[in-house]
Amino acid sequence: MKVRKHILTVLIYILLSVWAIMVIFPFYWMLLTSVKSYGSYNSEYVPEFFTLAPTFENFAEAFTAVNLAQYFLNTFIFTVITTAVMLIVIVPAAFAFSRLDFRGKNIVFTLFLALMMIPNELVIITNFQTITDMGLRNTFSGLILPSVTSVFYIYLLKENFEQIPDELYKAAKVDGTSDMKYLLKVMIPICKPTIITIVILKVIECWNSYVWPRLITDDEAYFLVSNGIQEIRENGFGRENIPAMMAAVVVISLPLIVLFIIFRKKIMEGVSRGGTKG
Amino acid sequence: MKKNSFKAWLYLLPAIIFLGVFMLYPLIDVFVYSFEEGYNSASQTYFGTGTYNYEYVLHDPYFMQALRNTFILVIITVPLSTGFALLISLALNSIKKLRMAFQTIYFLPYVTNTLAVGLVFMILFKKTAYSDGLVNILINMFGGESVDFIDGPYWAKMFVLCFYTIWIVLPFKVLILTSALASVSDTYYKAARIDGTSRWRMFTKITLPMISPMIFYLVITGFIGAFKAYSDSVALFGTDLNAAGMNTIVGYIYDMLYGDSGGYPSYASAAAIILFVIVLTITVINLMISKKKVHY
Repeated sequence: MKVRKHILTVLIYILLSVWAIMVIFPFYWMLLTSVKSYGSYNSEYVPEFFTLAPTFENFAEAFTAVNLAQYFLNTFIFTVITTAVMLIVIVPAAFAFSRLDFRGKNIVFTLFLALMMIPNELVIITNFQTITDMGLRNTFSGLILPSVTSVFYIYLLKENFEQIPDELYKAAKVDGTSDMKYLLKVMIPICKPTIITIVILKVIECWNSYVWPRLITDDEAYFLVSNGIQEIRENGFGRENIPAMMAAVVVISLPLIVLFIIFRKKIMEGVSRGGTKG
Repeated sequence: MKKNSFKAWLYLLPAIIFLGVFMLYPLIDVFVYSFEEGYNSASQTYFGTGTYNYEYVLHDPYFMQALRNTFILVIITVPLSTGFALLISLALNSIKKLRMAFQTIYFLPYVTNTLAVGLVFMILFKKTAYSDGLVNILINMFGGESVDFIDGPYWAKMFVLCFYTIWIVLPFKVLILTSALASVSDTYYKAARIDGTSRWRMFTKITLPMISPMIFYLVITGFIGAFKAYSDSVALFGTDLNAAGMNTIVGYIYDMLYGDSGGYPSYASAAAIILFVIVLTITVINLMISKKKVHY
């Protein structure tokens, strides 16, 4: 009985380790390939599993031969503005739903929830036309505007706002505090963890967004990293320079991995509360 | 009361404007588009209304191919990824040492850029003039023949696509299932152990029923997600998916809208509505099954 249990434990660790290797290996491989020189990469028929002569020439190549820095900067601007504008839109909305009484509140809220079920694919066609008609193709406004609202985040925040006891609000009212001041000075600080979670999830979403930017930009000056990497794959670096390509992939993947290492707990908690992917 | 009401609408105004312009209006518009025949996006005119767009899409070989690819992808990846995620979560739940380390590693694919890491998968599986690629060399070591997984036979490409899709979706599922398993109260197991219940019986009679709502949640979101597959395929096979024979329904919609074969918002709309109907049907079926099977 005891032996059987030990064997089972060993099997469990083997299973877990095998999958861990499967997960890590692509990351290791991209890092490894990015520090191999073009010549040595192409001369290895059987690729080496480590290199003793790492080189950083590929990173230099990635930043000079293609506009990687530009893509990077674009994505950064896009992410920051989208997230900031989203907060300005969703926080007051969540406040109105959780704290204010008005006619038609329930109907409007139900309508909002119903919109949550609408897949992006259904509305993207018209949005493409709208943005094109407004002449906003290849602009940051065109990239940002359609993705600044999220019904789901309004819902998440509203639930959190509602947990703040009524007495606080009444006390503030007696003291003559305005709604806006109460929202900024009391509710937002109390709900900071939820707001941080929402921000992180939105940043991940922005950093990885591909479909909308691809539709709305064909000028390289406005490419985000996802489109940039696709461009690099199809037209960049002349002769299939895979080490340089991998250097670009490393640079693109790094910010989110760093963010993940810093906010590991917050991200995992946030995703299990509100993330969907796949 | 009246003053308060006005203020509330003011707080809601930005959200309502954005949702109205970019969600509600497009939602109505997409149905209109899908019935307008011969719509020209440059002159914004059309000949008449009818179901021609739907007929065109349903007779388009590229759409049928996209439909077939998507269905194969869904049928393979949803059960496999859910089952595998359950296995990993159970294993994680039964250990103490290194548990956090494993959980952290498993989560990594969630925070990666699908397009970027797709390139790594491409070079691992691709056969080039210089090298057969790492995966093929492994296959050769076990006595198999090299296959070009990226430009080769259909089943090889489908295999890579499914593999990459599972790799991408697993973190979310493992995360949800491990927290579901951790929330099952220990008292049930203690009681069962006193009764001398076997491990397998404990799993089927306690664990599974307790986490069944989460499993069904994952199956439903898994189906929806897999039906919308697109960027994984682009990451592996490039933007010209029709030529690669690996297009998906969503890819078809975007190709119709924009790109080399683009400029047909009406066809795109019809395809989008067909996709929506398929997803809705599957979700309703799932919900009906879950009503019968899930213990709350």
